[in-house]
Amino acid sequence: MANYFTDNTDLLFHFNRLKLEDVVEMAEHGYTEAKEYDFAPVDYQDAIDNYRKVLEIVGDITANVVAPQAAAVDEEGSHFAEGKVAYAKGIQEALEQLTKAELMGFTLPRRYGGLNIPTTLYTMAIEMVSRAEASLMNLFGLQDIAETINKYGTEEQRQEFLPQFASGEATGAMALTEPDAGSDLQAVNMTAYQDESGQWRLKGVKRFITNGNAQIILVLARSEPGTKDGRGLSLFACYGKDKVVVRRIENKLGIHGSPTCELQFNDTPAQLIGKRKFGLIKYVMDMMNGARLGVAGQALGISQAAYEEALRYAKAREQFGKSIFEIPVVANMLVDMRVTLESDRSLLYAACHWVDLRNKLEERVEELKAQKQDFSAESARLKEASRVAALLTPMAKYVLSENANKITYDSLQVHGGTGYMREFNVERLARDARITNIYEGTSQLQIVAAIGGVLNDIFGQDFAAREQKEAAGSLGRLADELKEMRERFLDALKFVTDKTDKHSQGVSAKELVEMYSYIYTGWLLMDEAEVDSRKVFIARRYILSAAAKTRRNWEIIKKDLYSDLLHAEDILI
Amino acid sequence: MSYHSIVMVKQVPDTANISGQVMKPDGTVNRSKLPTVFNPEDKVALELALQLRDRYGGTVRVLTMGPAKASDLLRDCLYMGADEAVLVSDRKFAGADTLATSYVLAETLGKLAPYDVIFAGRQAIDGDTAQVGPQTAEKLRLPQITYAEEILSAQDRTITVKRKIDNGFEVLEGRLPLLITVVKDAATPRPFRAKRVMAYKNARTLMELEKMADANSLLYVDQLKDDYVSKGLFIPTLTADDLDIDTARCGLGGSPTKVHRIESVVLGGSTHETIPATKDGMYGLIDKLMDDHIFG
Repeated sequence: MANYFTDNTDLLFHFNRLKLEDVVEMAEHGYTEAKEYDFAPVDYQDAIDNYRKVLEIVGDITANVVAPQAAAVDEEGSHFAEGKVAYAKGIQEALEQLTKAELMGFTLPRRYGGLNIPTTLYTMAIEMVSRAEASLMNLFGLQDIAETINKYGTEEQRQEFLPQFASGEATGAMALTEPDAGSDLQAVNMTAYQDESGQWRLKGVKRFITNGNAQIILVLARSEPGTKDGRGLSLFACYGKDKVVVRRIENKLGIHGSPTCELQFNDTPAQLIGKRKFGLIKYVMDMMNGARLGVAGQALGISQAAYEEALRYAKAREQFGKSIFEIPVVANMLVDMRVTLESDRSLLYAACHWVDLRNKLEERVEELKAQKQDFSAESARLKEASRVAALLTPMAKYVLSENANKITYDSLQVHGGTGYMREFNVERLARDARITNIYEGTSQLQIVAAIGGVLNDIFGQDFAAREQKEAAGSLGRLADELKEMRERFLDALKFVTDKTDKHSQGVSAKELVEMYSYIYTGWLLMDEAEVDSRKVFIARRYILSAAAKTRRNWEIIKKDLYSDLLHAEDILI
Repeated sequence: MSYHSIVMVKQVPDTANISGQVMKPDGTVNRSKLPTVFNPEDKVALELALQLRDRYGGTVRVLTMGPAKASDLLRDCLYMGADEAVLVSDRKFAGADTLATSYVLAETLGKLAPYDVIFAGRQAIDGDTAQVGPQTAEKLRLPQITYAEEILSAQDRTITVKRKIDNGFEVLEGRLPLLITVVKDAATPRPFRAKRVMAYKNARTLMELEKMADANSLLYVDQLKDDYVSKGLFIPTLTADDLDIDTARCGLGGSPTKVHRIESVVLGGSTHETIPATKDGMYGLIDKLMDDHIFG
């Protein structure tokens, strides 16, 4: 039987290298949960074994139930009639299977019906789901909504909402975007007010809401009349059935299985989540960061599927008396795709590790505070993990979503004219990939989110320490390349920061973030190459090509390429 | 009212991958050479039993006769939601044909009584006989409904079943207890449930505990068994000694069927023949098909 977990050697490679001891120890409260729940692990090995088995279930369902229906879901799309949204048949069946398999509360605590499994493993599940059918991820991957209630809601709210998510009874939506508030969420205009009885109510319109027909919706709304910016916004939870009207669903380029809704709230009763005025600046930023990691996983799953389509086609398609796989320019494209795919995976799961560490340390610090115990050590570690996660999350989202577009583009190219036809999967994958660098913050916004950590060179000491280490054998040359890449990065960084012109600093951010991602990912691949000889090939191509791109980015900055922006109005006629 | 079901399941070689070394000289299948799978129609039978429980309440137990390796299959059943799994296993049962198998199963079911419905797959993909279910029902003197594709309803002691027949279906009522064999299209088996997988992944049969004890001189099988029973992780295991049976009727010795050989037959035509569209041409074609035993 096909299985998207056990058939993916690179995913298994990362699974087998997981070093989540700290994370799992904290998540399992020193493995005391096993006393209460028969499915809780008794030690780390047991936990890893559990995760493997759960991912095998995901691999089974995605390969055998979800993937075979992907083309039909794309063709059928979502339905909208008389104010009601219905999923495509394949989506409905997939959700039923995932629910029966008890996979809809992946990261939630056990006491609310969840599996209490770390984000890293959840992201692996998202990758598999997206490889099978990208739009299903928008339903399966919205578990961050529940996670937000778990983190910031009251105990009463947790008990009310979370079991509904975990049992699959409810799916979620996050209603943030409005016609005039997209990337700039500070401009959100939806009104939240308290009626005479003190009940919060929501009034206004939200647009482009993924799964807006959900049973439970988290809504960003203006609770402080007269305010104009993000500090007047709060977060609310409401039920979709209570005075929420779906006005229309969008006709999209891709991810046809996930309905994108326009919602009208007519004095909808809602509950405040957390504190007033913290809606955008804390809760939504947090929720979006979780979702960004999910979208990076989605991009990776699509990339995996597109790579496989290209490889299979190249081996089967004969031209000039041989398979096109044997034609060097085609093989070279495939190697580039494969190297990108594997380096993406390394970056994503490194990011996940830090996110897990941050999440669990956050919980731990809260627990220690509540128990009036010393938490200074945990607090220091939390600070570091937060800083790293805040950089790696947008970096991974940026890099992986852009690469998904590149990989699907090249996969279609390998297919030639055939790839342009609807009968083949690759055109669907190319359409599905296109949203990943737009939603949950465009690539341009990810760069804005990542640039702070890059300007502060937060991995500076780590990189310097690695450069001191003697690299084994042929890896020495690659280590030298990485060292030179960092010199160029630092040179470019100084050039940019020495300037007082904020404008050109802003546009150079892309080049700087990319250079930093090359160095960081390069070192990750060096670690892998040390334990797996095949990975030396991956590291070599990745690092040498990243070195060339680093020189390019360096030159763009050093030669002030973008200085002509001052004359934009003259150029853009 | 609620109903108590027992599902007869079988671990089968993955017959999609038969190779030369698979047949033993005695004509039986060398199972160790083949990957094994959950017999597809048995899995559907389990799904129907679980659906019956979902609708009316009650319990679902599964029973398999097989070697120690069949323990994997029983864990799969627990993962899907079976309340209990039972292994009946003994070297004396090895090499059994359908007659010997149904004898042991019927005797075991006698021990597991009372029950309302016994489910089984229509047939197993290794032998394709479709005999074990019906033979078991006969030995237990139970009514049987074969080729079930849907359980329509159950009320008091009557169950109503839609049964597949050539070119259609028929609806039958049966008095409980009875035995039902199930066709593949009847339902899509549910996936493993994550929490049950984590909870039951360490469930072990007696044969597996014996193996553990054999491998480690510090372990005693009785202690191990007590330990696993107390943790709710012991899979009840019955051997010939636990059953009041005639061992001469078991295993290879109790099996009149002998497999001569199996071969992989690939049907494929390399030539074609043009049949003239005349009466004679048509009669000629019919004669030819009769000669080839395709018709008649």
